[in-house]
Amino acid sequence: MSEAFSPWNMAHFSTNGSETTVVGHSVGRKDTSLKVTGHAKYTDDEIESDMLHAALLTSPHAHARILSMDRRRALQAPGVRAVLFGTDCPNHTGDPLADRPILAIDTVRYAGEPVAIVIADEFHQAAAALASIDVVYAPLPVVQSPKAAYEPNAPLLHPDVHTYRRNRAEANPIPGTNIATHVPIRKGHPDDVWASCDVIAEVEVSFPQAHHAYMETPAIIAEIDPDGEMHITTSTQSPFTIPSLIHETFDVNPSQVRVHVPFVGGGFGGKSSPYLEPLVVAASKAVGGRKVKLRCEREHAMQTLPCHIGLEAKVRLGAKRDGRFVAVDITYWFDGGAYADRAVIVTRAAVQDCTGPYRIPHVRCDGFCMYTNHPPATAYRGFGHPEETFVIERAVDVLARQLHLDPLEIRRLNAIRTGDSTPTQTLLTGGRVGNVPGCIDHLKKLMEWDGRAVRREGSRIIAKGMCCSWKTSSTPPNASSGAIVRVNEDSTVTLLSGVVEIGQGTKTALAQMVAEVFAMSVDRVHVVLEVDTKEEPEHWKTVASRGTLLAGNAAVRAAIDAVRQLQETAAIVFQCRPSDVRISNGVASCAHEEKAIPIGDFKNGYAFPDGRSVGRMVIGRGSYTIEDVTPLDPETGRGSPGPEWTVAAQGVEIEYRPADCTYRVLRAFSVIDAGKVIHPALALGQVKGAMNMGLSLASREGYVYSGRGVVTNPQFRVYPIHRYGDQPEYHVVFLETPDEHAPWGLRGLGEHGLIGMPAALASALSNALGVDVNEMPMTSELLWRIQTGG
Amino acid sequence: MHPMDFEYVSSPTLSDAVRQYTRFAQLGKRPMYFGGGTEIITLGRLHQVNPDAVIDLKPIPETQVMAVQQGQLVLGGSITLTQITDAPWLGEAFPLLQETVHEIADRTARNKITIAGNICGTIFYREAVLPFLVCDSKVRTYGPKRGKERSIHRVFNREARLEPSEFIVQLVTDETARTAPFVHIKRRKAGRVGYPIVSAAAIRIDDRIRIAFSGVCPFPFRSSAIETILRQRGLTVRQRVDQAIQRIPSHLILDDYEASRAYRTFVLANVLEEILQRLGGA
Amino acid sequence: MPKQEVSLSINGEQRMVVIRFADTLLEVLRGKLGLTGAKPGCNNGDCGACTVLIDTCPYKACIMLAVETVGHEITTVEGLHSTPIQQAFADCYAFQCGYCTPGFIMNAHALLQQHRVIDEYTIREWLESNICRCTSYEEIGEAVRTAARLRDARTAPSLDTSVDTQQRRDL
Ligand SMILES: Cc1cc2nc3c(=O)[nH]c(=O)nc-3n(C[C@@H](O)[C@H](O)[C@H](O)COP(=O)(O)OP(=O)(O)OC[C@H]3O[C@@H](n4cnc5c(N)ncnc54)[C@H](O)[C@@H]3O)c2cc1C
Ligand code: FES
Ligand code: FES
Repeated sequence: MSEAFSPWNMAHFSTNGSETTVVGHSVGRKDTSLKVTGHAKYTDDEIESDMLHAALLTSPHAHARILSMDRRRALQAPGVRAVLFGTDCPNHTGDPLADRPILAIDTVRYAGEPVAIVIADEFHQAAAALASIDVVYAPLPVVQSPKAAYEPNAPLLHPDVHTYRRNRAEANPIPGTNIATHVPIRKGHPDDVWASCDVIAEVEVSFPQAHHAYMETPAIIAEIDPDGEMHITTSTQSPFTIPSLIHETFDVNPSQVRVHVPFVGGGFGGKSSPYLEPLVVAASKAVGGRKVKLRCEREHAMQTLPCHIGLEAKVRLGAKRDGRFVAVDITYWFDGGAYADRAVIVTRAAVQDCTGPYRIPHVRCDGFCMYTNHPPATAYRGFGHPEETFVIERAVDVLARQLHLDPLEIRRLNAIRTGDSTPTQTLLTGGRVGNVPGCIDHLKKLMEWDGRAVRREGSRIIAKGMCCSWKTSSTPPNASSGAIVRVNEDSTVTLLSGVVEIGQGTKTALAQMVAEVFAMSVDRVHVVLEVDTKEEPEHWKTVASRGTLLAGNAAVRAAIDAVRQLQETAAIVFQCRPSDVRISNGVASCAHEEKAIPIGDFKNGYAFPDGRSVGRMVIGRGSYTIEDVTPLDPETGRGSPGPEWTVAAQGVEIEYRPADCTYRVLRAFSVIDAGKVIHPALALGQVKGAMNMGLSLASREGYVYSGRGVVTNPQFRVYPIHRYGDQPEYHVVFLETPDEHAPWGLRGLGEHGLIGMPAALASALSNALGVDVNEMPMTSELLWRIQTGG
Repeated sequence: MHPMDFEYVSSPTLSDAVRQYTRFAQLGKRPMYFGGGTEIITLGRLHQVNPDAVIDLKPIPETQVMAVQQGQLVLGGSITLTQITDAPWLGEAFPLLQETVHEIADRTARNKITIAGNICGTIFYREAVLPFLVCDSKVRTYGPKRGKERSIHRVFNREARLEPSEFIVQLVTDETARTAPFVHIKRRKAGRVGYPIVSAAAIRIDDRIRIAFSGVCPFPFRSSAIETILRQRGLTVRQRVDQAIQRIPSHLILDDYEASRAYRTFVLANVLEEILQRLGGA
Repeated sequence: MPKQEVSLSINGEQRMVVIRFADTLLEVLRGKLGLTGAKPGCNNGDCGACTVLIDTCPYKACIMLAVETVGHEITTVEGLHSTPIQQAFADCYAFQCGYCTPGFIMNAHALLQQHRVIDEYTIREWLESNICRCTSYEEIGEAVRTAARLRDARTAPSLDTSVDTQQRRDL
């Protein structure tokens, strides 16, 4: 058994046990009543009369020199307190690569890039004054695609890339090119084995950038105290990364930055990297530290803020006649946009799992994150994996067809298992990887797969498609989480954790874990739903489906610690051994004693009727740092990107009408090895919600750029994401192959419903059309173009 | 959020509205009539319209009429799209209008959007005009020369053609046209809410198909040349459809984020074919 | 003067407030009256997060001027208390991040009040006015059907609200 559990076994409690009373059951969400009454407060809901309001002026050009900027008229406008330009705050920001000025200086590199911020008494005044800022631009040639950016003679977007501050483990830019990072994989002998392959499938894949479409557009409030302490309230998934970013950008002490996060209205990765926070800090500085709020309009969220990454890729997959995969060669050119942001890490994440959950002995992969004149890209639900899955799965389908093999069987034949190694040569020991063949078997039943992908029904074609997927976390090796458990006077407990509640219900799941340890009802566990970086113990980031692993481990440890403290004090009172004290249902009892004492009585130690007291205040603490993660070798990619791989098999069934190239998704299927399902209803909701998002992304979402590189569809009116009624029928099954590092063996599953949907849809549509569909979004127009060559 | 300030007045009568409009104009201000206000508010936020004053027409009783008078269906300009879709009797009185406006925006937005506001909008779809175009409806307007009644084709050619202070009071439609066999087809990029790639409304009177389009070009239109071709005997449906499409100058066919020009043309061909089939013109 | 003091009737209370004529109802509710239940998701009429009731009809507060609502009864999510739809949203896990929830609840509440019998076609016709990015929409549909049952149990127990699923589905 893993080390991770040894301290726990000292207590009476172990999360390896299969008997649970709270964990594994659906309980009410902790945020329910606030959310159904409209009382849940999000950042923009903080409204104060002395607050100033900011509005952004953004570039209309995708690439241009700024010839002049004039704010004189704007400063005269009613209510305006300040107008900031890039030259007023010439600091660069960005993590892991500080390539971005807070406001454009001299050059704009994408349409939507912030060029000025106006601060005024009222929001409408700030917005009105935008029209009075005069900027003169001289347009420059626009780089519209990552492959074009890779061309040797492409215009250079960041000639000074070598001078930028960076995290060397995460960003590897190549000076003199538009390559923001290059991540290679060399496993086995990828160049020598092609001759031994009986068949080789070659596929090219592409899709444009897309919008996260969190319903809450980001809002940020910043204020600076007279003593220099900065208060930032923001809609973020990563509050604990902001102090260090502000430190790097403005050279203030990280401990002087306090970040407050109320409810967050969805993130999906789009709020995982602080983007405009430094700008709002600069705005507050410009008005003497007064409180300034910036709320992004939807158009800003779509044109200015980082988005889902775009991709052009090619893949060669070679196999033996019997279907066994031999070698793969993949090149990704990611459209990382004008500034690198997290796109470079997304690139690494895709590369490290580029084979999908298949055993492929020889792997060559090059991931290039390219600078283009598009909006910057960042994390998106699945973090490199929907992208990587789309690429490899298209090749698997083509290969199966070339070999006349059942696409399900070829996947089962090559499914990765314990004992195999990943592209980064991580040996999959113990429970590190979930049960891929098991997922495939369940999928077969679930989607009634009989080997026939296509069925005609009159003028319609019913087609099925499938894929397998996997994901590991891509966290840095020191990703950590802490938790504190306090015992209250009324014998309830309160859990403090730095996880942000973005909708996934993590805090409810954590409460369940604490309740399980305390052997009491989850109603007796309070959670603090908001996060304040000076109050809650640090939690790395609420991303990568890591919330329940990192924070769950920390919370369970804190709960066990609190229970142990209760046992120690109670043992004195009961005059028994601590291990004989039982804590359950909010009381401490001992087999040798009639008496049961409410745990609240031990809150500050125990006071006897005669006034004597024993023991100390109960404060349970727990922390967890991710294990088994090592950096990747810069030449071969060898290393361990994550502690475990969650795996899934997914499918869709569509109805296609060849006459007008339209289709409908009838049913969507997911079989996910969840390790352990902590809260069945929430897990199902997460997976179905992710499937819905994945199908929406795959079928209809994507930025449409003008010939000049401007995103032309930055409103929901013209960016048609799924609405009520567009969803298919969902079929979801969970397997439970425990991950021994995690409480009760749980694995992350917040993203996995999404990961395979684009690939499965492409598979079904390719089957329906009889021609390969290798692009997103899979609109009727795309299918028409493929079908007619139009 | 409208960054610029404006005045708001609501007019109780036709003449008051014109008086208010004239008064603002004389002060050198830009007044705008205000129906549902959805376009004024959304384009205003983006600095794309900047009225100094808006004159709300909804309180004017004549703009709220919804009745059949001597065989003529009279619809006030301030009637909302939901009022049209939810009036059961309109399902018989003017089913094409009901079906067409049902496809505009979404239900909650339709609670606010008015027919006249949609027809007079600057966002170029203006789908509510299609049924009136094919029915040769009449438009009652009110302006400096008081009330007028004209053919829709005089008031609307690609966009509303009104004098500065003139506004739409009512739309009047004959029984023959509005109860004729009809088809409305709307094709979008995806889903069931959103602008059209092609939206077409058609009726059949005797052997003539009348048809009007939105989404194809940056304005709605009806073309007699197209209708003549669609009626030609001796040609297959496909031939008629192809010739009809050739009548539309290809540079006028939209090429944007909703659809490329070529794909839009393909969709238009399918829509025309379906209309011919369903209206028995085949 | 582009500003005026008006009296708005909100959730059963009269509230005096100084507004700009150009202010949307959404801005006034949130910024001037502290009623932040209605949310801005697009300020463009597209997402429904700002939905409130005027009299008994749902409207998107971002495409309505505050001055247009003078003389009408405004209901925001803060004005609902233990309604069947709120209960059903809780029971069906029909929310995650919760940002779209007030808008969905207001719209669905109006739907439940206006229609005794609710079929799938009508649910879709109404609810496609709102966008939710987190849930699968299935939970929200289930919440509306559950709320209809709760409502009927509270009022007229004999009414049949069984939802007809197939009929008009493809309309
Ligand atoms: C979410 C959403 C989706 C939409 N989808 C579609 C769609 O698919 N298809 C489509 O066609 N439209 C669609 N629209 C409608 C949209 O383009 C306009 O917002 C709407 O039609 C305007 O109507 P209104 O009554 O609000 O007009 P207003 O905003 O009041 O006015 C619009 C214009 O008409 C003028 N005007 C108003 N009333 C009169 C009158 N009686 N006489 C003369 N001039 C007048 C005004 O001065 C203004 O210039 C959508 C709108 C929304 C919010
Ligand atoms: S904010 Fe009103 S509809 Fe989106
Ligand atoms: S619950 Fe998050 S958008 Fe609906």
